[in-house]
Amino acid sequence: MTPVVKLEEIHKVYQSGEVEVHAVRGISLEIAGGEFVALMGASGSGKSSLMNLLGCLDRPTRGRYLLDGTDVSGLERNERADIRNQKLGFVFQGFNLLSRTTALENVELPMLYAPVRIPAREMRERAMQALEIVGLAKRADHHPSQLSGGQQQRVAIARALVNRPQVLLADEPTGNLDSKTSVEVMGVFQKLNEQGITIVMVTHELDIAQYCKRNLIMRDGRVVRDDIVAKRLFAETELLNLQRAEQDAALTGEI
Amino acid sequence: MRLAATTIISLRALRRNKLRSVLTALGIIIGVAAVIAMVSIGNGAKSQVEAQIASLGENIVTVFPGSTSRGGASFGRGGSSTLTPEDAQAILNEVYGVVAVSPGVRDRQQILANGLNWNTTIQGEGTDFLGIRLWSLASGNMFSEADVRSSAKVCVIGQTIVDELFAGVDPIGQTLRIRNIPFKVLGVLSKKGYNYFGSDQDDVVVVPYSSAMSRISRRQYLSSITIQAADSSLMSVIQSETEALLTQRRNGREPDFMVRNQQELAEAATATTKTMTVLLGAIAGVSLMVGGIGIMNIMLVSVTERTREIGIRLAVGAHGRDILAQFLIEAMVLSLMGGTIGILLGVSISEILSKVNNWPTLVSTSAITVAFFFSGAVGVFFGFYPARQASRLDPIDALRYE
Repeated sequence: MTPVVKLEEIHKVYQSGEVEVHAVRGISLEIAGGEFVALMGASGSGKSSLMNLLGCLDRPTRGRYLLDGTDVSGLERNERADIRNQKLGFVFQGFNLLSRTTALENVELPMLYAPVRIPAREMRERAMQALEIVGLAKRADHHPSQLSGGQQQRVAIARALVNRPQVLLADEPTGNLDSKTSVEVMGVFQKLNEQGITIVMVTHELDIAQYCKRNLIMRDGRVVRDDIVAKRLFAETELLNLQRAEQDAALTGEI
Repeated sequence: MRLAATTIISLRALRRNKLRSVLTALGIIIGVAAVIAMVSIGNGAKSQVEAQIASLGENIVTVFPGSTSRGGASFGRGGSSTLTPEDAQAILNEVYGVVAVSPGVRDRQQILANGLNWNTTIQGEGTDFLGIRLWSLASGNMFSEADVRSSAKVCVIGQTIVDELFAGVDPIGQTLRIRNIPFKVLGVLSKKGYNYFGSDQDDVVVVPYSSAMSRISRRQYLSSITIQAADSSLMSVIQSETEALLTQRRNGREPDFMVRNQQELAEAATATTKTMTVLLGAIAGVSLMVGGIGIMNIMLVSVTERTREIGIRLAVGAHGRDILAQFLIEAMVLSLMGGTIGILLGVSISEILSKVNNWPTLVSTSAITVAFFFSGAVGVFFGFYPARQASRLDPIDALRYE
């Protein structure tokens, strides 16, 4: 089976004034369908640059990037936009929803930019389905300001899902959330992963990375460790544990 | 181009910022309303002047006495005393294209009736006078050719005379004294109002020119000959032929008359009002321009403020031209919306001005069409620069923008 993501000796060099910044120094990597990868590393390790390359937001200076078997490393701006629209889904740290726009319209957004026009009714139906998957169908007509952080991130996940992407890319999706909400969001990702969706996420929280199946650790533009997660955490059980702990705390509090 | 989707996107974006959209459009609203209102005021004035000039009669050429000099002293315009009823008859008989002439004698006299008196213009004219001047009778009859031949003591009077001397009485058949000579009132003229120069056209008593010459002013010359041309295209020919004929009739004497073409007067008068319309329109156009710059200003601010939004759109698959189209459509919708509201506002302002201030206004469809398309063009022109800025953003930078 061809891997969904295949990187061959990928380099990225930025020109920052007179100085050349070598952000990614020859990474080769394969990610198969159905994987759930956490990309970790200190700031400046090149993980954001790698994420931008994976997301076709940027072009590698050297090397080849095969997404779903096709080489996307040499594509033009608009061609990359179509790849992002059709094959990739993005979830950001800051949610990046359009303000004063309903959850449903936010989820519809990628479909408006689809290369082939989608009828309005189909857009609505698909957006509702995506919201149902993340458990927010009842909030479809709410604006982001009327939703909690966790709910906003779930709307963002629904938006990333709506064009049925090959890979879901998440850049610190729990960075702006408290620990309990983070676990809930990780639960959504795990559920999606069980349904076969490939997920790559950047995180700097070790415990969050434990919810993934595979951890990549970067330093100085290279992948220095590539581990399968041995003691994987599951959101469902962790949430139950949290609930129990809360109840215990409440009981002791009463005495 | 995903035009339908982009239009939806633009409309949604405008809806998200209702207040700002309305305020942005306000510049255009005011600009367009000003253009429409100003142009209709200008056009109203123009059409009023044209109507007044038309009320003088159609296709008219007038002969006035010119200046003469005797013994080195010039008498100025109207000083000559050689224009005669025979000249008028000769013009009617010999100049091609003349359908009617009326020899005219003007004088001011004190008149008496019903124990009241009034100072007014006594106008001696021929029987065709009313036809030439497009003037009708409100009641009674015009004097006849026989009255002219016999220098009859008959007259038709204007409305102002009726109001001043015959209030509450039917003037037909009544007697009016001019220089103590009794004249019988045959008819009453319909109301004509004030002319372009502000004098009351209804303050007049019209008598046969022969009666005016022999009984009232007691002179043997005319103060004007009014000529009606069959067609407006013949007017300049008639003017030159009349000049030639009268010169010939004067046997080589220095020409002592002037022939004036009504079109010249009409052109001079409408040129003035046209200048006014252009001036008003230009001033209003400046405000429309300022409105356009307002749109550009807001769109530029909006592009900066919405950098993240643009980043999101680019990240989920928007092409540069989708963003360009979105901002262009936003600018165009704003300016066309402003244009439409401005047109309605401008039309209402002209209506109100004509009702309240009694100004003549004429809303012109061409002004409306031009204003509408111009406001659309303003949107494209002033929206293009900000839209291009937006479309050139890099998705990574735009997403990082705080």
